[in-house]
Amino acid sequence: MANDESLATTSPTDEFLKGLWRENPTFVQVLGMCPTLAVTNSATNAIAMGLATTFVLVASNLAVSSIRRFVPKQVRIVTFILLIATFVTVVDYAIQAISLGLHKALGAFIALIVVNCIILGRAEAFASKNGLLRSALDGLGMGVGFTLALLALGGVRELVGRGSLFGVPLLWDGYQGWVVMILPAGGFFTLAALLLFVQWRKRAAKEVTP
Amino acid sequence: MNESLSTIFVNACLINNFVLAWFLGICPFLGVSGKLDTAVRMGAAVTFVLVVTSLSAFGIQALLTAIGAPYLSLISFIAVIAATVQLVEMFIKKFSPALFRALGIFLPLISTNCAILGLALIQTNKGYGLVQGLVFALGAGAGFTLALVLMAGVRERLDFAKVPDVVRGTALTLAVAGLLSVAFMGFAGLGA
Repeated sequence: MANDESLATTSPTDEFLKGLWRENPTFVQVLGMCPTLAVTNSATNAIAMGLATTFVLVASNLAVSSIRRFVPKQVRIVTFILLIATFVTVVDYAIQAISLGLHKALGAFIALIVVNCIILGRAEAFASKNGLLRSALDGLGMGVGFTLALLALGGVRELVGRGSLFGVPLLWDGYQGWVVMILPAGGFFTLAALLLFVQWRKRAAKEVTP
Repeated sequence: MNESLSTIFVNACLINNFVLAWFLGICPFLGVSGKLDTAVRMGAAVTFVLVVTSLSAFGIQALLTAIGAPYLSLISFIAVIAATVQLVEMFIKKFSPALFRALGIFLPLISTNCAILGLALIQTNKGYGLVQGLVFALGAGAGFTLALVLMAGVRERLDFAKVPDVVRGTALTLAVAGLLSVAFMGFAGLGA
């Protein structure tokens, strides 16, 4: 509980904002790579995945935070995973009810939110040590940061690969999409390029304020 | 359902390689692929967990269908996987403390390796039987090990290469993974 005091110095809004850029789960912590790469072949899929993950993050953070005083230390990881699995099952059935097409497009990756390291990571590193409000804000911030990262990846891949965004053609007629961007290899390349950009920005920022 | 066993194996190992085509198990792929030696052993550990998971997933699914509670499958799968990983961890700690240290945090993290849960889910979705599931798990394990070993080989060489400072780290690793993925796309024609 030593962390309670050290973290209490940050304001609740900061708890939310840190997930967007400073501790962005995808670009800075490089967590949750599997869904990041797999479902970002279109902007729509990326948003859906991001929202589903955000819901699970907030719900699991809230649940973990509220039971944090009653769970014995030895069994906490198992408890967290089972909680997360419950929420993911809810999301899985909800998406199936809302849009069957989307459920097909995301495939096994909705169920695989269970093993997204971001969620267990936040439960263990943050929610198990902080109060309800902070945990919820932290989950929301991380979720939104994750969604934005997915959207950046999905947007670039769909735009270059198909010449469209959210299924709406944007580029000129007769644009030949780069098929490789839609394929798995494109995911690796796009993420590498984006990470490079983030790294370069951080370095530039460091040189300005040494 | 009527895929032959060899097709399932080649499919899981090369054409739909878990890491490079389906993006399952990226975390250990990026994390443990620094050294060739560790990569091989990690591959073996994951393959073992995959096989055990495949068997138990088959049993669980049959049981859950029998009692009419398919919505519990996700939770039961993850519980079984966590238990298996715990077993492997104790086993490795006992017989090879050096390997235990080399794998470090990535050993307990096998339980949150998407490849394992992914295998259980995909196997259930495709309706594979017991033997088919077993072959599928072996193929997936072989494919995972292959990808990990290839990656480790490249990265050992990269350590001595002259690379601009900014690029070093995850970005470079991801770019290499992309090239490997392109190479594996060449196997697409193998599918019958």
